[in-house]
Amino acid sequence: MKEENVIEVNQLTKTFGDFTAVNTISFEVKKGEIFGFLGANGAGKTTAMKMLIGISKPSSGQATVAGFDVYSQPENIKKNIGYMSQKFALYDDLTVKENITFFGGIYGLSKKKIKEKREELISELGLENISNKLVGSLPLGWKQKLSFSVSLLHEPKIVFLDEPTGGVDPITRRQFWEMIYKAADQGTTIFVTTHYMDEAEYCDRVSIMVEGKIEALDTPKKLKEQFKVDSMNDVFLKLARIPSPTLPKGKGKNTDCN
Amino acid sequence: MKTIGYIIQKEFKQIFRNKGMLPIIFILPILQLVILSNAATYEVKNIKFAYIDYDHTSSSRALIEKFNASTYFDVLTDFPSQEKASSAMLAGEVDVVMEIPNHFELNLLKEKTTNLSITINAIDGAAAGVESGYVNQIVQSFNKDVKINLMDKSKKIGRPVTIESIPSFWYNTTLDYKTFMVPGILVLLVTMITLFLSGMNIVREKEIGTLEQINVTPIRKSQFIIGKLFPFWVIGMGLLTIGLILAKVIFNVPMLGSIILLYAYTSIYILVILGMGLLISNFTDTQQQAMFIAWFFVVIFILMSGLFTPIESMPKWAQIVTEFNPIKYFVEIVRMVMLKGSGFMDILPQLWKTLLYAIIMNGLAVWSYKKVN
Repeated sequence: MKEENVIEVNQLTKTFGDFTAVNTISFEVKKGEIFGFLGANGAGKTTAMKMLIGISKPSSGQATVAGFDVYSQPENIKKNIGYMSQKFALYDDLTVKENITFFGGIYGLSKKKIKEKREELISELGLENISNKLVGSLPLGWKQKLSFSVSLLHEPKIVFLDEPTGGVDPITRRQFWEMIYKAADQGTTIFVTTHYMDEAEYCDRVSIMVEGKIEALDTPKKLKEQFKVDSMNDVFLKLARIPSPTLPKGKGKNTDCN
Repeated sequence: MKTIGYIIQKEFKQIFRNKGMLPIIFILPILQLVILSNAATYEVKNIKFAYIDYDHTSSSRALIEKFNASTYFDVLTDFPSQEKASSAMLAGEVDVVMEIPNHFELNLLKEKTTNLSITINAIDGAAAGVESGYVNQIVQSFNKDVKINLMDKSKKIGRPVTIESIPSFWYNTTLDYKTFMVPGILVLLVTMITLFLSGMNIVREKEIGTLEQINVTPIRKSQFIIGKLFPFWVIGMGLLTIGLILAKVIFNVPMLGSIILLYAYTSIYILVILGMGLLISNFTDTQQQAMFIAWFFVVIFILMSGLFTPIESMPKWAQIVTEFNPIKYFVEIVRMVMLKGSGFMDILPQLWKTLLYAIIMNGLAVWSYKKVN
C-alpha cells in the first residue's frame, strides 16, 4: 500500500449548541484506499463527512483533504473531490446527457472533454437507449450508478460516498461495488459510509463511529480478530449502541474509552 | 463565464420543461392585465338614486330631471317619507337620497337661498366621496340655471360677476382611468412573477437536495447566483414586452416617452426584485415558506405603492415607509415615461435610488448565500 495520506484528520470536532455531533475524531486515509466509515444512524458520520467536503465548518481540530486545509481552502478541496449524497442529487427534470454536460461544465471541463466523458460513461453504464430520457424516469439503481459516475467526471483524487447503496437491490449493489473497485484501481481514494456490513467487508479499512467518536479503526480482518467474532456484523453489534433519544448530548458511558 | 453559461442553459431547460410553470409565467399575467385593467376602476357609475319631494313644484321637478339626465345616476323612485328612504338605504337598495323640503321654490325665489338634504351611504368612503362630488356638480349646474332665470326678469341690474374655473387635465386629458391603471398593473405583474419565481427557485434546489451537490463543486457563489437569476431577468423583460404590447393594442395607452428608457430602468428594477427573491430563498427551507414571505412583502409593497391609493394622502410615517418600496418607484417611472414623456433627467432621482437598492439587495443576497454552514 502506498504511504501517501490524502485525508488527515486530527481531533476534529463539531458541536451544535451543547450537542457534540462529532467528538475529537482522528484518522488518516491513504491514497487509493477504500475507507469504510461506519456507524449507527445519528452517530455523526454525515456531519463528519460534511466537514471533510467543505460544506460545514468544524468547531475545532484540524483536517486536510487532498493536501488542503478544511478551514482556509475548502474551494481547493472541492476541485479535488467528488461527492455523492444520500439524497439522489442529479436533476430529475434533465436528461442523462444533460446532467452529465451540466456537472462536467461546472467542474470546468472543456467541451471536448465533456463529450468524450459523456460517451464513455453512457456506454459503460449501458445507457445508450435512454440517454435522452429524463433522469427522473430511471429506476433508483440506475440513478445511483449514474450519480456515482457523475461524481467521478472530473477525475477527483477522492470520492465521498454517503450511503450510496441505500434502497437498491443486491445485484445492483454488487455492480455498484464493482464500479467502486474499478475507480480505486485507477488510484481514486474512496471514502464510503454504509449500513450494510457485507459492504464493510469489501473495504480496505473501516472505522466505526459511536456517538460522535471513532471506537474502532482497522482492516475488517483485524477487527474481527480483535473482537473475536466471525463477521463485521458482529463487530458492529458489539460496538454500536443505538443512541438513546433521551440522551442526545453524547454523555453515554463510552465518552473516554479511546 | 463558461460556468455561468452552463447554469443558464440548465435553468432555461428546466423552466421550459415545467409544464405547470409555463402558463403561470406567460398566460396568467396576460389574463390579469386584461381583467384587472378593466375591473380596477375609480369611476363610480350606476349610483342608485332616490328622492323625497315635499315641494312638488316646477323647480323641484327640474332639479330631479337634472339627475335623471345624468349618466352616473339611476333614478329609482321617489319615496313618500324619510322612514321609507332610510329603510331602503339600510337594505342596500339605494346609495343616495335627496330630500327636497317644502317651500323649496318659494324660498329660492324670495330668499334667493334654500336648503337641500343629501344622504349618502358611506360604507365605502371613497365611493361616497365621488358620489358627493357628482351630486354637487349637478346641484351647481341647477343653481346656475336658476340664476339665469332670475336675471332674465331684471335685466337692468346687470350681470353678476361669476368666476368659473375650467380645469384642463394634462397628460390624461379624458381622465380615462385605464390610461392610469394599465401601466401600474403592468408593474405589478412584472414584480410578482419575477419575485415568486426567483424566490422559489433556489429553495427548490434546497428541497430536492441538489443545492448540496452544487455546494460541493468548486463553483463560485457569484457564478451560481448570476447563472440562477439571469433567466428570470430575461423572463421579467419578456413580461414587460408582452405587457407593453397589450397596453398598446388592447387599451391604446399613450406611450409618449422613450421605450428604451423604460427598458433601461426596468432592467435595473428587476435586479432589485431578483435580489429580494434570492434573499428570501436564503432564509427559508421550503417553497411554502418562501411563498408566504414573498406574499407578505408583495401585498405591503402593492398597497403602499401609489398604484391604487395616492401616496400623498397617506400619513407621514407611511410616506416615509414608501421610500423603501421599489414598486413605488417603478409605478412612478412607468406612468411618468409613458404618460408624460419624461426623459432621462426627469427620472434620474428614482433611477439612482433603484440602482442603490439593487446593489444593496444583491449584496445582501450574495453575502447571505452560504456554501459552508
